[in-house]
Amino acid sequence: MQMTGAQAVIATLETEGVDVIFGHPGGAILPAYDPLLDSPMRHVLARHEQGAGHMAEGYAHATGRVGVVMATSGPGGTNLVTALADAHMDSVPVVAITGQVARRAVGGDAFQEADITGITMPVTKHNELVRDPARIAGAIKEAFHIAATGRPGPVLVDLPKDVLVETFDYRYPDQLSLPGYRPTVRGHSKMVREAAREILEAQRPVIYAGGGMIKAGGDEQLRELAEMLELPVVTTLMGRGVFPDDHPQHLGMPGMHGHWTAITALQRADLLIALGTRFDDRVTGDLTRFAPDARVIHVDIDPAEIGKNREPDVPIVGDGAVVTQQITDAVRRLLADGARRADLDPWWAQLRTWRDEHPLRWDQQADGPLKPQTVIDALGRRLDGDGIVVSGVGQHQMWASQLIRYRTPRTWINSGGLGTMGFCVPAAIGAKVGCPDTTVVAIDGDGSFQMTLQELATASTERVPVIFCVINNGVLGMVRQWQELFYGQRYSQIDLRADVPDLVKLADAMGCVGYRCERAEDVDQTLDKAFAVGDAPVVVDFRVDPEEKVFPFVPAGGSNDDVIESLEEWHARQDLPAGGPGEPGGAGLPTVPPS
Amino acid sequence: MSMHTLSVLVENKPGVLARVAGLFSRRGFNIESLSVGTTESPHVSRMTILVDAEHSPLEQVTKQLNKLINVLKIVELTPAEAVERELQLIKVAATGTTRSEIIEIADVFRAKVVDVDVESVTVEVTGSADKLEALVRLLEPYGIRELVRSGMIALGRGSRSITEGRTLRLQRSA
Repeated sequence: MQMTGAQAVIATLETEGVDVIFGHPGGAILPAYDPLLDSPMRHVLARHEQGAGHMAEGYAHATGRVGVVMATSGPGGTNLVTALADAHMDSVPVVAITGQVARRAVGGDAFQEADITGITMPVTKHNELVRDPARIAGAIKEAFHIAATGRPGPVLVDLPKDVLVETFDYRYPDQLSLPGYRPTVRGHSKMVREAAREILEAQRPVIYAGGGMIKAGGDEQLRELAEMLELPVVTTLMGRGVFPDDHPQHLGMPGMHGHWTAITALQRADLLIALGTRFDDRVTGDLTRFAPDARVIHVDIDPAEIGKNREPDVPIVGDGAVVTQQITDAVRRLLADGARRADLDPWWAQLRTWRDEHPLRWDQQADGPLKPQTVIDALGRRLDGDGIVVSGVGQHQMWASQLIRYRTPRTWINSGGLGTMGFCVPAAIGAKVGCPDTTVVAIDGDGSFQMTLQELATASTERVPVIFCVINNGVLGMVRQWQELFYGQRYSQIDLRADVPDLVKLADAMGCVGYRCERAEDVDQTLDKAFAVGDAPVVVDFRVDPEEKVFPFVPAGGSNDDVIESLEEWHARQDLPAGGPGEPGGAGLPTVPPS
Repeated sequence: MSMHTLSVLVENKPGVLARVAGLFSRRGFNIESLSVGTTESPHVSRMTILVDAEHSPLEQVTKQLNKLINVLKIVELTPAEAVERELQLIKVAATGTTRSEIIEIADVFRAKVVDVDVESVTVEVTGSADKLEALVRLLEPYGIRELVRSGMIALGRGSRSITEGRTLRLQRSA
């Protein structure tokens, strides 16, 4: 069928089942925006391509579908780089369609030209500069396949303007041609049997489940395995919700600012059952001192992650849901043959004691300054497991991950690997567009908020009623915390001004409803009003105490034996000599600020 | 130093070399040498990469390379199981008196003289890295004006081919 390259782009996207594109037009991509007018696909016009990119990410995080972003050449493409890098780090399926200058102009420093395929090579799973309109359908079809399968990730397709304008005979390809791409789905049966044996024999096992289990859709399989053997579970920052936070076997979140019991359980385990997770440095701390007594079963769809940071005893490449099911079936067979699980009572007794003795704490005085944790805790209790929480990056992100109970996958969305401030506003918009019938609450810091707040205009214009809660302490909180603890309270460039911008006036200017809350006793009432609005985006300015610090805390490069739970404990440890009393890893804390 | 030779089959598409080089750079893998060229199939190129595995575990290098969509297959070729060759051109300072000595040395190495001038002789030699380095050491006293090495290529010994055991279906999509 005769059509232009631009029509082919739109037709192929429709065939791929795309229902919404987030984007921003421009000269080079202009031809593609014309047939878009006649397409049933929705287009959400962002105010900055970075916003469009994060919207596509939020959409993908919330729905599990591929997020699509469209931008023009040159600065349009380069504005996408942060979002693509974010998707790359967190394995989010995104397809980016960018315009490019005409083929004859490529490489000659044309107007709005950028070597976007070169620039995004390190931060995409794959990319391609299409040089022939007949290749458009194949390139886009492959892009979706690569983005959505194996370890998900961002794929960019770059389309020169003259390719979009050229007429040719369009045919949607029946087959993909990706001979170098063959993700493994099923785990090797011998390794699976090994894993089953190890699990039954372990006396201090812990399931360490990460974002990969959410991408695999493996929450039911994980639950079956955990419940069948009464195994303790920790879920990482990217994996929260894959096992319900309120399940009695859930110990919490590991990591630099995780829950004490979860961190310590991993550290003291004799078997780590790592499912869809990558032994990230925020979880392991100093690798040489991480989980010193543990054998490791590592299940991941990306073979490169296995053995990258920790050599496993039982490596299994495969899909998290499929392999977990295989393991459960193998365990069942062993049990049927007379094998028995080791006695986990002593381990559980220890874990329960730890859980009782190390709760999260903060001190909200009745008429004292409003604490950020109070606001976030109130939000969590109000949502009660229903609804999606999206956060920015910083202290507020850590509290939102620690304090709120997530019960199902894809209800906690954040930028974990890249840690992109500014992720929150657009990602929340993308999540709401993808899940219009679900309450979406954005919990953002005032620093992060100011990086992408222009997208409030998008939320308003496109009628995307997200409830944006700004944890406004007037400072760059996480930086302030590190400067307080590691730089002798020498505060450098952290002051933002809680009243600039005036968030209530800003909300109004952006077509949103604005509220302000400054006291603990007003929190519930303010949330009542915010949640009642319903048909417009809401911005709530929560003025909170800037002095609060996130605990627990394992300083970077430190050992998970040295989890600090309070400022008092921090100061106490500063006075101890290296290798302080009773602590196996040594309580000596780094004197040089770690990375 | 522990050098390992990786023979990598890649799709012959624009940018593949940049992808591989970029991967090595950002992951901090050390490339000692890299050589790339066509194979018996026009859609497939072959890269021979010499990796210093002391600083970067070979397993990680291989696994990360495999993640590249355009990479089809990776084989490690050990010196015992493969024929390894490099090409080297050496421009040596030569006077009327020393020229014949230089040519004699070249003969011992089965090297050829490919250029002659009043003041210099250019010698072409192929062989293993050790052989090439040995020739350079012997010619150094005469004064080496210029030297260029190609990077290693290698092929497994025996009758099997790197593409055996898997069909490389490379139909272009429409």
